[in-house]
Amino acid sequence: MKAIAIAGYVLLGLMALPVPAISQAMDLPPDAAVFPDGPNVKTVTQNCLACHSADMVLDQPLLPRATWTAEITKMRNVYKAPIGDADAALIVDYLAATHAPP
Amino acid sequence: MSAPSRRAMLAQAGSVLALSAAPAIAATGPDFPFPGGNGARPLASDFPQKGAMVLQRSRPPLLETPFTDFDSSVFTPNDKFFVRWHWSVIPTEVNADSFRLKVHGQVDRELSLSISDLMKFKRVEIAAVNQCSGNSRGFFEPRIPGAQWGNGGMGNARWTGVRLSEVLDKAGVKSGAMAARFSGLDEPAVSDGPRFKKSLSIERARRPEVIIAYAMNGKKLPLLNGYPIRLIVPGWYSTYWIKMLSDIELLDAPDDNYWMKTAYLIPDTSHADMKPGQTGVTMVPINRMVPRSFITNLGAGARVKANAPAKLRGMAMGGDCGVAKVEVSGDGGQNWHDAKLGHDEGPYSFRQWTAALTMGPPGEASLAVRCTNTIGETQPDTPNWNPSGFMRNVVERLSVTLV
Repeated sequence: MKAIAIAGYVLLGLMALPVPAISQAMDLPPDAAVFPDGPNVKTVTQNCLACHSADMVLDQPLLPRATWTAEITKMRNVYKAPIGDADAALIVDYLAATHAPP
Repeated sequence: MSAPSRRAMLAQAGSVLALSAAPAIAATGPDFPFPGGNGARPLASDFPQKGAMVLQRSRPPLLETPFTDFDSSVFTPNDKFFVRWHWSVIPTEVNADSFRLKVHGQVDRELSLSISDLMKFKRVEIAAVNQCSGNSRGFFEPRIPGAQWGNGGMGNARWTGVRLSEVLDKAGVKSGAMAARFSGLDEPAVSDGPRFKKSLSIERARRPEVIIAYAMNGKKLPLLNGYPIRLIVPGWYSTYWIKMLSDIELLDAPDDNYWMKTAYLIPDTSHADMKPGQTGVTMVPINRMVPRSFITNLGAGARVKANAPAKLRGMAMGGDCGVAKVEVSGDGGQNWHDAKLGHDEGPYSFRQWTAALTMGPPGEASLAVRCTNTIGETQPDTPNWNPSGFMRNVVERLSVTLV
């Protein structure tokens, strides 16, 4: 029984490696998106891209200023993004100007 | 205020470089019909070990399976399997020889297991759906911030590995242990950010279907899907399926880390449903999945022959149990007809189905599909809502034109 199991295992191994026997490495592609122009875009780029690409933000629905304020607060308080008060306000201004309902 | 870690600085430097590089985006991707719009996404083919994927986010990678791929096979190919990471610091290389899985905390014997140590445990195999808690979040209304998934934040694979219970037994779980906490090789981009960790009760961790997988559809896991090993929790949402699993800690108290206590919570209500702004709702960690079903051989707006039988095809899942019944409707859910179920790959797998449905006269028609699982749960007619956009499983409807 054990021999059959081993034989089956080896057979499977011939078709495709079923085990992580060899190491693996990868190259991740560069960010695909950039923040479009808007007020304080430089501050946004400098801070937000430390942890995530711009499409994280650009793919969101249009959100009201209060929701963006809550998101930036979450990034700072929960995920410990090192964003100061002044920059946080500038980032919210950018999002409210470029990615909020009319 | 905290200083960004060296890794975060490197990541930032990398992203600045990226600004000048031409984005490697291929053909036009889907335009999801999300309420309020902004559903257009590119396809990306430049992620390692991945084919063309819907690009939701470059970094940390968030890649969605193009929905047409669910029509080809009951199992989702590894190179089309969805990808979701919380933090951007992901090892780009894993050495299979030096990799170790640590088991520690409330145990009699701490373990440090190599891949070959793990291979000495009994080999088991299970087919199971892996679905993000927030799959389909883009369809919630009102909309919710977060990963704006269409319906492709899920996949089905045959997982090969060893039972978690046997590994726990080897370590000897102490009688006072209350939870097993799992984490992988990924790290916060900011030094004091909360490392991604998830816990299961000892009872859940010991269930026979919970395994540590070293293969996926008969091949090693892609790095982006958790190579070299990944926790598999059949029937439960993907948040518990820790990728690049490297650490199991047995706790003597319930886990109060951020990812269990604050994030990934659902209202403890029927269908995890509540009203926007509703207060006083008891929240609990997300857990078991619920039934879903989809038509996969037709897309929205398809032209279908009127006054003739149409062949429909798709797949369904029971959640944390099997599929008992799939029904289809050609009139938006007024009349339902049983579909024929395909081969049963086990209770945690997708189940394919086929149906022949007679179409009405020329004009617009709404097709619908719904699944009932083996414990009698049927998909609801109305969508649920909760503040994180979790557990969507409303009956899917598809508008077609009869000609």
